[in-house]
Amino acid sequence: MAKVAAELQYSDEHEWVSREDGNVVSIGISAVATDALGDIVYVDLPEVGSAVTAGETCGEVESTKSVSDLYSPVTGEVTEINPVVIEDPALINNDPYGAGWLFKVAADSEGPLLSAEEYAAKNGGEL
Amino acid sequence: MTENYTALYEEHKKLGASFTDFGGWQMPLKYGSELAEHHAVRNSAGIFDLSHMGEVWVTGPDAAEFLDYALAGKISAMAVGKAKYSLICNEAGGIIDDLIVYRRPADDEGHHRFLVVPNAGNAKVVAEALAQRAGSAREGGFEIAVDDVSDATSLIAVQGPKAEEILLRLVPAAQHELVTGLKYYAAVEVSFLVGGASRNLLLARTGYTGEDGFEIFVENDAAAALWQSIVAVADEGELTPSGLASRDSLRLEAGMPLYGNELSLEGDPFAAGLGPVVALSKEGDFVGKAALAAKKEAGAGSTSGRKLVGLKGLGRRAGRGHYPVLRDGNVVGEVTSGQPSPTLGYPVAMAYVDVAYAEPGTALDIDLRGKAEPFEVVALPFYKRSK
Repeated sequence: MAKVAAELQYSDEHEWVSREDGNVVSIGISAVATDALGDIVYVDLPEVGSAVTAGETCGEVESTKSVSDLYSPVTGEVTEINPVVIEDPALINNDPYGAGWLFKVAADSEGPLLSAEEYAAKNGGEL
Repeated sequence: MTENYTALYEEHKKLGASFTDFGGWQMPLKYGSELAEHHAVRNSAGIFDLSHMGEVWVTGPDAAEFLDYALAGKISAMAVGKAKYSLICNEAGGIIDDLIVYRRPADDEGHHRFLVVPNAGNAKVVAEALAQRAGSAREGGFEIAVDDVSDATSLIAVQGPKAEEILLRLVPAAQHELVTGLKYYAAVEVSFLVGGASRNLLLARTGYTGEDGFEIFVENDAAAALWQSIVAVADEGELTPSGLASRDSLRLEAGMPLYGNELSLEGDPFAAGLGPVVALSKEGDFVGKAALAAKKEAGAGSTSGRKLVGLKGLGRRAGRGHYPVLRDGNVVGEVTSGQPSPTLGYPVAMAYVDVAYAEPGTALDIDLRGKAEPFEVVALPFYKRSK
């Protein structure tokens, strides 16, 4: 069963949110999502400086089998993207909660987020 | 849709497979990484459960001429022991299914025997069409029997450069030459050591991956034991259980059509590049002949309509089924299958495009959800193994 990292919060669209300094959060996608997608071969991330809105699409994740929208779990301005996953998207499968992080946002507000327990219960993950 | 389970379902569960519905069957999509499974087949070997495929025996004194009537190919010209790729068409020339026909030795009464292998979702339709055609074709009908043994038969494929070496470990030395001497698109009965006991099984050198490889027909009761025996004689890392995801990416690289994607009742064989499979010159009538002759006469797939082509992506984004193909912003075709090619490292797709844009080298775009991505027409297959 896919691992759900206990220290993170999650959106219904399978993004995780990790609090960094101040109002900055890191965002990635859960192992539940990467398991369902299969091997990820391409990721399209929002540009640094662009505005993202909670619950709206801000990029795409493409696996061998399909293309899925990437939703921002928070509203704010993108401050950083992970250049490594653009070159090596397999990192998102191999380390979704670590080296496979996607982008950071200086968040003004957050969409509805679930605790790890709630997310795992809802999506069949394992804490 | 009815859920069917193959005799190997428990094996797949033990291996941690994720499952998908395919043609009404719960089939392993992948066991771990589909990319790793793909590369394993190209570089060493993979083992696949293909038990969802149909197996229909057509036997009797008239079996050969009956199949000439029922299918598009000249089946009567097949030598015993050979396999042949063919099509079953309807009267309108539409494709009911693509299938492989194996000619087996005649029985003691001299009755011809053919094993017809249709796709999973079409097995019943094909068996029924064959039975129906046997009675209706001509006065008195054909003296044949149609026996659909799909539900009792499993099919295991071992594909990849190491496939032969691995399978030989289960075959007695006296029969090794039967395997090593088996030609592509041929089949032979071979004695396999299955769970410690000898069992005669039909071994075919056929596949859907673009690699050397085999498909083994086995009764359901011995399927799990055969799967386990093959896995047990392979060395560590030599043989990788592989699911339908890698099967699809492998066949796409090999430029092989998939029924439902490239082939359909609405499509025609000439547009699909399968003109050589249609034996318009064979003696007598066959189902779909008049319509197919008219399509050919009209230049289907050559001077009129659309034609199936390969598209190579110049960027990183892959086209997917049903995405529009564009030329200068105008729709000139549609993608039937597409994804990033794991072996080649660039996106590949098959698409039907207007014949005017079907020449290799033609620059086309695929509409990737509103964004035009550049592709180029290339000859199929995308990937060909070095012999």
